[in-house]
Amino acid sequence: MIICIIGFIDVQVQDILRERFCRQQLPDRLEGVEAQHKHLLELLKRTAVHGESNSVLIVGPRGAGKTMLLKCVLRDLLEEKEAQKNLLQVHLNGLLQTDDRIALKEITRQLHLENVVGDKVFGSFAENLAFLLEALKKGDRSSSRPVLFVLDEFDLFAHHKNQTLLYNLFDVSQSAQAPVAVVGITCRLDVLELLEKRVKSRFSHRQIHLLSNPTFPQYLERVRTQLSLPDRFPDQEFCQDWNDGTLCEDKSVQDVLQKHFNSSKDFRSLHMLLMLCLSRVSVSRPAIRPADLLEASRLCFTDSKANMLHGLSILELCLIIAMKHLNDVYEGEPFNLQMVHNEFKKFLQRKSNSMYNFEQPVIMKAFEHLQQLELIRPVDSTAAKTQREYQLMRLMLDHSQIMEALQKYPQCPTDVKQWAMSSTELKETFWM
Amino acid sequence: MTKMLQHSGYEEERLQRVAELLPCREVQAGMLLSLMGQPQQCSYPSIFIYGHRASGKSHVMQVLLKELELPHATVSCVECVSVALLFEQVLLSFFGCDAASLLPRSPSLSDFVRIYRQHCSQTPAKQTRYIVMEKAELLRDTDANLLPALLRLQELVDDNVTIILLSEIVWDKFRPNTGCFEPLLLHFPDYSKGELQQILSQDKHPSYSAEFYSSYINILLGVFYSVCRDLRELRHLAALNFSKFCEPLAEGKVKETDTHKLWRNIEPHLKKAMQTVYLREVSSLQWEQLQQMEERECGALRGLSAHTHVELPYYSKFLLIAAYLASYNPARTDKRFFLKHHGKIRKTNFLKKNEKTSNHLLGPKPFPLDRLLAIFYSVVDSRVAPTASIFSQISSLVTLQLLTKVSHDDQLDAPKYKCAVSMDFICAISRTVNFEIIKYLYDFL
Repeated sequence: MIICIIGFIDVQVQDILRERFCRQQLPDRLEGVEAQHKHLLELLKRTAVHGESNSVLIVGPRGAGKTMLLKCVLRDLLEEKEAQKNLLQVHLNGLLQTDDRIALKEITRQLHLENVVGDKVFGSFAENLAFLLEALKKGDRSSSRPVLFVLDEFDLFAHHKNQTLLYNLFDVSQSAQAPVAVVGITCRLDVLELLEKRVKSRFSHRQIHLLSNPTFPQYLERVRTQLSLPDRFPDQEFCQDWNDGTLCEDKSVQDVLQKHFNSSKDFRSLHMLLMLCLSRVSVSRPAIRPADLLEASRLCFTDSKANMLHGLSILELCLIIAMKHLNDVYEGEPFNLQMVHNEFKKFLQRKSNSMYNFEQPVIMKAFEHLQQLELIRPVDSTAAKTQREYQLMRLMLDHSQIMEALQKYPQCPTDVKQWAMSSTELKETFWM
Repeated sequence: MTKMLQHSGYEEERLQRVAELLPCREVQAGMLLSLMGQPQQCSYPSIFIYGHRASGKSHVMQVLLKELELPHATVSCVECVSVALLFEQVLLSFFGCDAASLLPRSPSLSDFVRIYRQHCSQTPAKQTRYIVMEKAELLRDTDANLLPALLRLQELVDDNVTIILLSEIVWDKFRPNTGCFEPLLLHFPDYSKGELQQILSQDKHPSYSAEFYSSYINILLGVFYSVCRDLRELRHLAALNFSKFCEPLAEGKVKETDTHKLWRNIEPHLKKAMQTVYLREVSSLQWEQLQQMEERECGALRGLSAHTHVELPYYSKFLLIAAYLASYNPARTDKRFFLKHHGKIRKTNFLKKNEKTSNHLLGPKPFPLDRLLAIFYSVVDSRVAPTASIFSQISSLVTLQLLTKVSHDDQLDAPKYKCAVSMDFICAISRTVNFEIIKYLYDFL
C-alpha cells in the first residue's frame, strides 16, 4: 500500500518538475527581471488599451528567458478585460517563416482573414498588409483593432530579401494606419547592425536587454526555487520534507554548482542539469541526493571526443598517435596517409613488433574510418584530383585529449603508451 | 542483469522482454527509460545519442519503442533527400495518410508545423510522441533552419513530442553559428571485448555446442579485434568463416576440444580474410565459393584491386613507367638518369635527405607532356617514331585513370599530367618488361 502511495507521489513530483524543466512552464513570478517586465507590460498596454503604436526588441543570450518574459507579460496583459477583448496576436518565427511570402500567408492565416483575401492578387507587400489591416477595422470605421506582432528569431527576418516584412511592419508602427505593436526577440546583441538604414530609421530603437548577472548565492537560490514543489501539492507532508531538504547546503553539491555557474548562468543549462537529476528519482529513491547531482554534472561535462576515442580499435589509435607525432615535429602542418603510415612503420621497426604489421589497404580502411568519424578532416575539398593516400588532412584532436584518452583506453599495450609519451621528451631535449 | 530495467510506468514482463533483447545495453536502456518517464508525462524536447556505429543506438530505440508500444516515427536521414519526405513520414506515422496528403508540393517547414498543429489540436497526444532520426549528421547539409527548428519542435507545435537524434559524429560539430536549443547528450559506449564475445556467441549454430562456438569467436576476436571493433562486420566475418572452422571436425580429423589444431587450421584462413573480404576485395559469395574448393585449386585470389592490372600494350607500359619517373623525380635529376654522358649532380648540403620532402610521401607532381616524351624516348630501348598512336595511348591511359590530367581542358599545346599509380603497381609493370625502375628513382639513390 505504501509503495503504491509513494509511487503515486513520485509520479506527481515528476509531473510537476518535468513541466517546469521540459515544457518551460510559466512561473507565477519571474525573478530578477522585474524592471524589464514592467517596461514591456506598460508598452504593450499602451498599444492594446490606448491604441498607440510601438516597436521594441528583446535582446539576450540563448536561455536567458526572453520568450518566458514575453509570455508572462502577455498573461498579465490579458487579465485586463479590454485588452483581452480587442487585442489580436500574430506569432511569427524566423525558423519557420523563411520567406516574406510565407510570412504574409501566415499573418493572413493567424488573423483569420483567408476568406476575406480570397484569391486577390496584390501589387506589393505593402498593399497586401494595408488591406489586411483595413479589414480589421471595427464596425464603426473609427479605429482598427490593435495587433501585436511577435517575431521570434528576429535576426533571421533581417536576412530576407530587401527586409520587406520588417520595413512594412515598422512603417505601419510609425504611421497612424492602425495600432500595431512589433516585438522582436533575438539572441544577437548586434541585431541593429543587421537592419538596413531605412528599416532602422523606422524602428523606435527601444531595446530590452536580458543580461542578468546573478551572483553565486542568487544562483543557489534559483536552484532551490526550481527544485521546490509548489504549495498546492496534494501531500503537504511530503512537500514539506522535499522543500526542506538540505541538498543545496551540501559542500560537494555547492562545488558542482559553482562549476556550472562558472561556465554558464542561464536557465536552460540549469534545466538540463536538473532534468538529468530528476531522471534518477524513482519509487525506490524518492528524493534527489548529492550523488545524483554529481553524476548529472559529470554527464554534462563529459568530453564527447574522448568518449569516441575510447571506442577506436588499436590500429586506429596507433594511427592517431602517429598523427600526433607528425603534428609535434612539423608544428601542425597537414599530413597524408603515406606520411602517417611511414611514421607508424618507424614505431614498428623500433619495437620489432610484428603484431601490428598490417598491409597498406587495411591501414587505409582504418584511416577512412577516422575520416568518417570526422576526427580528421581534409584540408580542402578538391578531392577529385589527388589520390586518396596523398590527400592532405588535419587532425581535429588536441594533444591533451589524446593523452587523456590513452590513459582511459581499455587494455592499452604498454609499448603503444610509451610510444605516445616518447616524443614529448625528445622534443624537450631538442629545444634545450 | 535484467533487474536493472525497472520503471513504474511500464509492465514488468514487457521490461523483462526488452532486457532480453538488449544484451549489454541495460544501463543505456535504463537511462533512456528514466528520461522518457511515464508515457503520459512530457520529456525533454530533444535528445542526442552518439556512439560508434553498430553500438546499438538504433536497435535499443527500436526495441524500446516497439515493445513498449509508444507512438513513434522513425526517419532515416539518408532516405530523406528532400525535407518533404521527412515531413510526410512523420505526419504519416502520427496522424495517418490524410494528414500527409495535406502537405503541398515542396512543403516548407511552416506548412509542416501548421498541419501538425491542426491535427494535434484534434487528436492531442495522450502519450509522448517520439521522432527518431537516424544518421542525423546529414541534417547539417540540409537547410540551415531545419536542425534548430527540429530541436525546438515541442515548443513550436505545442505538443508532447520528443526528437531523438542518433549519430556517430559528436554534437560539437552540429551546433549552428548563432546557437540553438541544446539537446540532452547521451553516449552509447563501445562494447568491450568481453561484451563482444557475449553478443557474438549468441549466434551459435544449432548443431554445435555453445562452448565450441565461443572458442571460435575467441579465435576470431584474437585476429580481428585490434583492427576492427564493429559488431556488424565481426558478425558477418563470423558467419562466413564458421564452415571452414568446422571442416576438420566434419572430416573427423579433430575433436571439439582440440582447440590448438582448430586454431592452426583457421588462423591463416582468417588472415587471408582480412586482406580480402574485410576490405571488400572479394564479395562474400566469392569467398564462400572459395571455401568449397580445395586449396590446390583456388590459386591466387583475384581481388577487386587486381582487376586494375589491365594488360597494357608494350609502349603503354613504358609510357606509364616514364610518367611515374616524371612524377616522382625532380626535374633537375633527369640529366643524371637519362643522358648517356652526364656530369655529376651536386649533392646538396644536407647529407641525409629531409624525410618530409621525400616525393613518395608527398605524392606525384605534375609534369608537362614534353618531359614525358623525353623520358619515354630515353627509356624505351628501340627507336620509336612519334606517331599519333603513341599520343592516343597517352589519352587512353588518362581514361583508365592511370594518369590524371592536371591542366585545363582548353589548354591544348602544353598539357600537364600526373601519374596516379602506386609503387607496387609500377614495380609489377616494370617487372613484366624487364625494366629496373628502382635504379631510376631519385628517392632510392
